[in-house]
Amino acid sequence: MTDAKQYWFDLGPLSAIPKRGARTVQVPRRDIAVFRTANDEVFALENRCPHKGGPLSEGIVHGRKVACPLHNWVIDLESGNATGADHGCARSFPIKIENERVFIDMGVAAAP
Amino acid sequence: MTSQVSQRRKLVVVGNGMAAGRMLEDLFARAPGAYDVTIFGAEPRVNYDRIMLSPVLSGEKVYEDIVIHGDGWYAENGIDLKRGEKIVAIDRAGRTVTSSAGTVVAYDELVIATGSDPFVIPVPGNALPGVVTFRDLDDVEKMLAAAAKGGDAVVIGGGLLGLEAAAGLAQKGMKVTVVHLMPILMERQLDQNAAYLLKKAIEKRGITIETGANTTAILGDGKVEAIKLEDGRTLPADLVVMAVGIRPNAALAKSAGLAVERGIVVDDHLATSDPAISAVGECVQHRGQCYGLVAPLYEMGKVLAARLAGETGAGYAGSITSTKLKVTGVDLFSAGDFSEGDDTDEVVLRDPSRGVYKRVILRDGRIVGAVLYGDVADGSWYFDLIKKQADVSEMRETLIYGQAFQGGGAALDPVAAVAALSDDAEICGCNGVSKGTIVAAITAKGLTTLDEVRAVTKASASCGQCTAKVEAVLAATLGDAYAAASRKPMCKCTDLTHEEVRERIVAKELKSVPAVMQELGWKTSCGCPSCRPALNYYLIAAWPGEYRDDLQSRFVNERLHANIQKDGTFSVVPRMWGGLTTAAELKAIGEIAEKHQVPLVKMTGGQRVDFLGIPKERLTAIWKDLNDAGMVSGHAYSKGLRTVKTCVGKSWCRFGTQDSMGLGVKLEKLMCGSWTPAKVKLAVSGCPRNCSEATVKDIGVICVDSGYDIHIAGAAGLHVRATDLLGHVDTEEEALEVCAAVLQAYREGAVYLDRLYKWSEKVGLDTIRARIIDDLAERRALYDRFMISQRAVRKDPWAERVAGRELHEFMPLAKLDIIPAPAAE
Ligand code: SRM
Ligand SMILES: Cc1cc2nc3c(=O)[nH]c(=O)nc-3n(C[C@H](O)[C@H](O)[C@H](O)COP(=O)(O)OP(=O)(O)OC[C@H]3O[C@@H](n4cnc5c(N)ncnc54)[C@H](O)[C@@H]3O)c2cc1C
Ligand code: SF4
Ligand code: FES
Repeated sequence: MTDAKQYWFDLGPLSAIPKRGARTVQVPRRDIAVFRTANDEVFALENRCPHKGGPLSEGIVHGRKVACPLHNWVIDLESGNATGADHGCARSFPIKIENERVFIDMGVAAAP
Repeated sequence: MTSQVSQRRKLVVVGNGMAAGRMLEDLFARAPGAYDVTIFGAEPRVNYDRIMLSPVLSGEKVYEDIVIHGDGWYAENGIDLKRGEKIVAIDRAGRTVTSSAGTVVAYDELVIATGSDPFVIPVPGNALPGVVTFRDLDDVEKMLAAAAKGGDAVVIGGGLLGLEAAAGLAQKGMKVTVVHLMPILMERQLDQNAAYLLKKAIEKRGITIETGANTTAILGDGKVEAIKLEDGRTLPADLVVMAVGIRPNAALAKSAGLAVERGIVVDDHLATSDPAISAVGECVQHRGQCYGLVAPLYEMGKVLAARLAGETGAGYAGSITSTKLKVTGVDLFSAGDFSEGDDTDEVVLRDPSRGVYKRVILRDGRIVGAVLYGDVADGSWYFDLIKKQADVSEMRETLIYGQAFQGGGAALDPVAAVAALSDDAEICGCNGVSKGTIVAAITAKGLTTLDEVRAVTKASASCGQCTAKVEAVLAATLGDAYAAASRKPMCKCTDLTHEEVRERIVAKELKSVPAVMQELGWKTSCGCPSCRPALNYYLIAAWPGEYRDDLQSRFVNERLHANIQKDGTFSVVPRMWGGLTTAAELKAIGEIAEKHQVPLVKMTGGQRVDFLGIPKERLTAIWKDLNDAGMVSGHAYSKGLRTVKTCVGKSWCRFGTQDSMGLGVKLEKLMCGSWTPAKVKLAVSGCPRNCSEATVKDIGVICVDSGYDIHIAGAAGLHVRATDLLGHVDTEEEALEVCAAVLQAYREGAVYLDRLYKWSEKVGLDTIRARIIDDLAERRALYDRFMISQRAVRKDPWAERVAGRELHEFMPLAKLDIIPAPAAE
């Protein structure tokens, strides 16, 4: 079967990601940044800034946004879109919290 | 076995708590007399309002006040209540239940409403006498008995229950400490701003709060005497209350073979996996959720009652919950979802003088969450709007002022609004200054600027929240003659300037980011990438050793102690004190570079070596090897001391006048690790030929025959600026003291990200000279404060990281070469 089947993969407890911070998940085709906001929401974006590929996981997380560490583009965590005057988009991936644990949809995250 | 059609069906209820009671009330109203009802209650009493145990503990109520269903109710409804009888088994095939007393009762419909069990943390000593939970009346009686003897109480858990227990025990005269694992109180219900206000209010009652504290053991010989924390401290305790959470009480259901996950799994009609058995209350798990508040249980009760009454209605669809803390004098409300984001829009109102914080979160013109502290009058109004998903875009401007304000209309022009106020209207709440006082001062004294008004009337001189209003009074009074001074607020989160924020942090003794944001009326809930690092620095500078650095408010380089490169790799620059090295160090550097296959090794412009192209995950390994060879972080990444360049000086050079290398090394050791508003670079030259380029450094020392010329405020980056001569000293000790005093004055005074020359241009060289060269006492005081703040930072950040501090930073959360197949459902 080659269709994108939902497959929630357990990434571990929410507490493993710092509040207002991020950790990465490395899968064969890409690095994914998993962000946790001050209010314990999680978001997953490809760990590449749409500007020049900066590692978004290293940026300052504020509200539901992250500031890229290289040239300060501000990226919306939910959509992956650059905000303000900048244009571009980091791909986002389905992610959820259940019972204080974080799950990513590997069916999508690992697909081409 | 002759079952007669006319015979009433048998309903057995396990658990005589709040959910069961409410469900039965609904059932009797819908289908009077439909069932013969038997209730088994493990507690030896009737149904009472568990929520009100807190006021019983504090002495504001007694048990009789909180009874929900007295004996009369059971009699009227023909209920057979078996008090103090716990059900120990369910025979599903035979449709009977068996109690601890051996009673066997048959059922047609069985309802499980066993509530929750308090969670007891698994540490040694948790079963000692004197350790209690907070769940039922027996627990409260135990606490009251302990409180009668006085002494120390420790409450483990800073959630709703823990804080109510703490307040009650304090009111009963015990000395109470709350030990909470998380960094903020009630972290599930509150954001950090409301939690900050709550902490202040609880501490005002003489209760000590330890956040981020992990209990590792309960100590005592025969009875509880103390608790032990992970950081090694012990806290004395005659009573320990565990209030760390609850677990659905699903053991009975599980042993009967019903589907149980965290709680008893039910469908939208509250049926368990056995259609003859339903469950309701805290013991259930519905659509993955378990609840710990009564409102959802009541909603479930209604749905179950309808089904038992034979009606086919809509099922239960889950609940949005709201929380209120029942501690007299503390007004706190939270509801819904208070996360924020691009698609959410928040309205924040802070009134520092009244200790009020209100935050309403909107998405697509609808309220999705609310946190209120200090003024909760509108809690139920907001909650209602959340549940109804009402469109509130029309009233967005006035929403935060509450229900009473609605119907008011469009936002006014602020100047017109202030002009319309009466003379006795209060403008500055902190200092109690009315509009009339300000207008009188402006006209009588000919004031024209905000600063003058502040100096004369004190209006907006405390929290600064009313700055815009005071400016509006100026504008309204002076008309066109008033041109708002070119004040530059720190960022869009506040109207205050950097200088004003710094002053107030010290004057009002604000010691955390949430404290600053609340007391100074921040307009956002958690700041932005521009103010967060600045506040973090100001707090570090103001409260050395006391303030805990907030790593998530730091730029990546400072968080990871390495400079990020364009490809996401990092550079590593170890210190070479004063630009000096040794053969052994160079060998080690060579070996380490080879071992880790460092792509590029370079001499920097700062007289030391740079390893470039290091992947993040490699950092700790390289640091460890450098540490083992005696080298430490060069802070090439920090707003802090970078390098102290030296020339060879008197030891070798034919023109050298003093030991420039020695002084350079001493300066670097003295200042290393300090955090500053922007980077700081020094150099020491052995003579005025100035081979170490000291006259383009933040602080430069030029050695001369008679001693040392101290220069400050140079730079050679974006702006090239030669230094100014600050003064001359005769001895090396004085040179060290003056340099440290300059650095401290800069640390205490400058705006974040201003290099030393910018600060010097703002305050004036003469002022600095008067403070540091002419005033010996002041110089000494600055030096002493510098040494105090250095005490907190004289550790190698690399070594700390290698030893394990926040090590997770360097590891991915997951690394998958091959994706494992999904587990079978
Ligand atoms: C490595 C080094 C270049 C080199 O290969 O020699 C260097 C590299 C960088 N410099 Fe520099 N500067 C280096 C010496 C200098 C010098 C020379 C000196 O210190 O004597 C200057 C001029 C002196 C001065 O600061 O006034 C210098 C003026 C700057 C500036 C301009 C600062 C300004 O206020 O005008 C920046 C930009 C900034 O800091 O915002 C900068 C910023 C940078 C950054 C940190 C850019 C960045 O943010 O990523 C570069 C980091 C590369 C890296 O990861 O290592 N670098 N930089 C030098 C490291 C010195 C060290 O051992 O720590
Ligand atoms: C101190 C305190 C303060 C609270 N404050 C609030 C508040 O402000 N707001 C709010 O919404 N909620 C509050 N709550 C929570 C609220 O009380 C509960 O959500 C509610 O009582 C749960 O109702 P229930 O019927 O599911 O469980 P319970 O009320 O706990 O009833 C379950 C009953 O079943 C009995 N039982 C268990 N197993 C068996 C068995 N095998 N056989 C027979 N009987 C059994 C138990 O002894 C218990 O009496 C508070 C709780 C406490 C303890
Ligand atoms: S001058 Fe400094 S900032 Fe510019 S490229 Fe060179 S190292 Fe980077
Ligand atoms: S690479 Fe992200 S802002 Fe340039």
